[in-house]
Amino acid sequence: MDARTSDAARPVLEAPDIARVLTRIAHEIVERAKGADDVVLLGIPTRGVFLARRLAARLEEITGRPGRIPVGSLDITMYRDDLRLRPARALARTEIPDDGIDGRVVVLVDDVLFSGRTIRAALDALGDIGRPRAVQLAVLVDRGHRELPIRADYVGKNLPTSLRETVKVQLTEEDGRDSVLLGLRETTPADGK
Amino acid sequence: MTMSDTHKTLLRGAKVLGGEPRDVLIEGARIAAVGTGLDADGATVIDAAGQILLPGLVDLHTHLREPGREDSETVLTGTRAAAVGGFTAVHAMANTFPVADTAGVVEQVWRLGRESGYCDVQPVGAVTVGLEGKKLAELGAMHDSAAGVRVFSDDGKCVDDAVIMRRALEYVKAFDGVIAQHAQEPRLTEGAQMNEGVVSAELGLGGWPAVAEESIIARDVLLAAHVDSRVHICHLSTAGSVEIVRWAKSKGWNVTAEVTPHHLLLTDELVRSYDPVYKVNPPLRTEADVMALREALADGTIDCVATDHAPHPHEDKDCEWGAAAMGMVGLETALSVVQHTMVDTGLLDWTGVADRMSVRPSAIGRLTGHGRPVAAGEPANLTLLDSAYRGVVNPAGFASRSRNTPYEGLELPGSVTHTFLRGRPTVVDGKLTPTPQP
Amino acid sequence: MKRHLISAADLSRDDAVLILDTAEELARLADRPIKKLPTLRGRTVVNLFFEDSTRTRISFEAAAKRLSADVINFSAKGSSVSKGESLKDTALTLEAMGADAVVIRHHASGAPHRLATSGWIKGAVVNAGDGTHEHPTQALLDAFTVRRHLRPEASGVGQDLAGRRITIVGDILHSRVARSNVHLLSTLGAEVTLVAPPTLVPFGVESWPCEVSYDLDTVVGKTDAVMMLRVQRERMNAAFFPTEREYARRYGLDGDRMSRMPEHAIVMHPGPMNRGMEITAEVADSDRCTAVEQVANGVSIRMAVLYLLLGGNESAVAAARTEESK
Repeated sequence: MDARTSDAARPVLEAPDIARVLTRIAHEIVERAKGADDVVLLGIPTRGVFLARRLAARLEEITGRPGRIPVGSLDITMYRDDLRLRPARALARTEIPDDGIDGRVVVLVDDVLFSGRTIRAALDALGDIGRPRAVQLAVLVDRGHRELPIRADYVGKNLPTSLRETVKVQLTEEDGRDSVLLGLRETTPADGK
Repeated sequence: MTMSDTHKTLLRGAKVLGGEPRDVLIEGARIAAVGTGLDADGATVIDAAGQILLPGLVDLHTHLREPGREDSETVLTGTRAAAVGGFTAVHAMANTFPVADTAGVVEQVWRLGRESGYCDVQPVGAVTVGLEGKKLAELGAMHDSAAGVRVFSDDGKCVDDAVIMRRALEYVKAFDGVIAQHAQEPRLTEGAQMNEGVVSAELGLGGWPAVAEESIIARDVLLAAHVDSRVHICHLSTAGSVEIVRWAKSKGWNVTAEVTPHHLLLTDELVRSYDPVYKVNPPLRTEADVMALREALADGTIDCVATDHAPHPHEDKDCEWGAAAMGMVGLETALSVVQHTMVDTGLLDWTGVADRMSVRPSAIGRLTGHGRPVAAGEPANLTLLDSAYRGVVNPAGFASRSRNTPYEGLELPGSVTHTFLRGRPTVVDGKLTPTPQP
Repeated sequence: MKRHLISAADLSRDDAVLILDTAEELARLADRPIKKLPTLRGRTVVNLFFEDSTRTRISFEAAAKRLSADVINFSAKGSSVSKGESLKDTALTLEAMGADAVVIRHHASGAPHRLATSGWIKGAVVNAGDGTHEHPTQALLDAFTVRRHLRPEASGVGQDLAGRRITIVGDILHSRVARSNVHLLSTLGAEVTLVAPPTLVPFGVESWPCEVSYDLDTVVGKTDAVMMLRVQRERMNAAFFPTEREYARRYGLDGDRMSRMPEHAIVMHPGPMNRGMEITAEVADSDRCTAVEQVANGVSIRMAVLYLLLGGNESAVAAARTEESK
């Protein structure tokens, strides 16, 4: 997620790995949701949305119901707790499937789970939209360092990191290629505080 | 410092009207000698080498605000500001509270001026009672008073009734008076906030069109010609006004005109800041107008520079544009602005400055003791200017009670080092003397 | 985006598109069960209205409340302001109360500019209409309405108004709506034409980025949107035009004129309308008139403006950590 990643970033997941873990997560969702009948996938912009769409495609394949898995997006910008630390951000699209989320199992999808604050914001945002039967979380990478009592239900890869490291997810839809890069943050005088 | 009437001061090496260095010996109230190598015996010697010596400046248009608005200026603070600016005589405008439309008020102002001792104060009388434009004030009584009023003006308001203006022009012929017109057609300037043009259109501020000034000037020069009287145009501000005055003068009519320092330098582009310090009447005009005014002052179409020194208390400018008072202080920066806009640009030499800021305004106001040559036997009303000085205008140091200058923070040339009123210094080394005695 | 919104002329194309795009997202809030976001919780927005304008005030109030801001309405009428308190003292009072934003409507052109630059307050200033100067949020909601109709693909998100022809008709001279719209619409690439009797066109208009016409009939056939401005009947007494009847005949929009507009073209009006003066009831009530839609869009635009001004903090340096807080 951080542009300031040093050139020495090294791939920890390549395209085939990403494809494989998404397939695995899809199977896990079907297993846990007993057929995924009432699952709604909501991706968190930007890359979470692409991951949600990929997962939806796999779920449709697995369950044999093409075009029947509701998928949407949930922008959490207005619910962030760090808004005042940065200039106002442009909003991303929130797209709730037509049948809504009431009584459904909502699976939030994001690329990296880190502090947990994004998911906290997403839970708040969901609360203003409807009342799901359950909310689950799927992430491509869990890099640890949680700051809130939040955990993922589906994890593509657990990646122990130090705070000096950066994790960057690239997806074809946005970045032209699929990969997860682990790098070192370029040190600045402000670091280490 | 106390001095007897025969106290002597020797200005050593001053450039008289910008010419070759001369020594000027002041004895009592008069200039005793002008020459080279004059004997300093017993005289206070002032090293004036490189400095410009001018006849004391005369302002035809000053608002001293007393009586009535002593919160913005008094005769004492205003004349101190005048002395700092190099002036030895100012004409105090009539729009006080009460209005200077009776012999009583003009005498009061005149007396306060005498008591101040920093600068001669020549009161201007109102043309109409209460500046209301309806009924002639007692012009003759004001002339006959101790104040000896010869200049009459409703300044701040235009004498817009053509019949009243005609009668006033005719009436003052009896005592060689002059009507100084604030040329502003009132109907064309209802709600006016700034010059009408490209900037007013963008800012959505009510426009003050040039034609509102020019139409009155055209009418009044024709009226003055018709009744063979004298009209003086206050604070002329547009290129079109210049053309009308030039035409009237070409006819040989008795028309004179003044321009303010701010109209020689500033344009309506400054209003984009909505800072009311730029709010003035007539308003700041365009670059083309500024250039036309400079040219007209240089060729003599415009007779003189007059400050329209208009002090206002801070709260009257520390507000939104629409609610702010109109006007700027100008006495302490006038000579600097004239040097900057006219001398440093090569449009006018120092003889020209003396003419436009002393000789001609004295002639228009019929002041006998001012605007005289710098020569032996003449009254020692003198201004010494360090024209090489450059400094940033800082209103905190003003002698005026008000600070509403549009030049704050601007670097301007020229600094008055000494001012003499009838031989007595009112300013020494740029500082006011404590108590100049009348 | 800048810290204040004083003039539409200050907005770049990208600023303007960002505001419109943000408003487009926020407009979707209207479809949700809970039409409220927590974004400006704990922030105080003061509506400082020196002129009566219930429509604009409640629009800003609704916008601020939907973002969870605390709203204080400060009407000059009946307050200390009408007893001679200066703008400065009012501003200092609001500052002492901790106003994070002041939405100001004032009869004097430039009052919001003065408030923003005087140092009297630290909060953001939003111009809600000043004298005959500007009314930038009105122009933004107008541009938003135009974009929705004339760039329907993806509700126009990311798009400007390049090549669209917009005609503004009426009292341009006294209209802050017209001034703001000329700046904003031209910044967004639209071709703007002003139509008015010559008496109601500002002296100096030649510097504006638009065309001027005195003849509505030659323009209506080639326009994508016609914006009718309210014309005050009092202008008649100041000789801006001879009679209401003549004004309506020459510069009013009636069914006949509307029928000569291109099929896709819309009719806009900032309200309140003078039916029978600048617009006939037939036009005002037709499907092509967007007046009511403009009101709804106003809330979204004002939410977007308040969010973009108050939702972040330009001055705080984010720790690198927050950049990737997930």
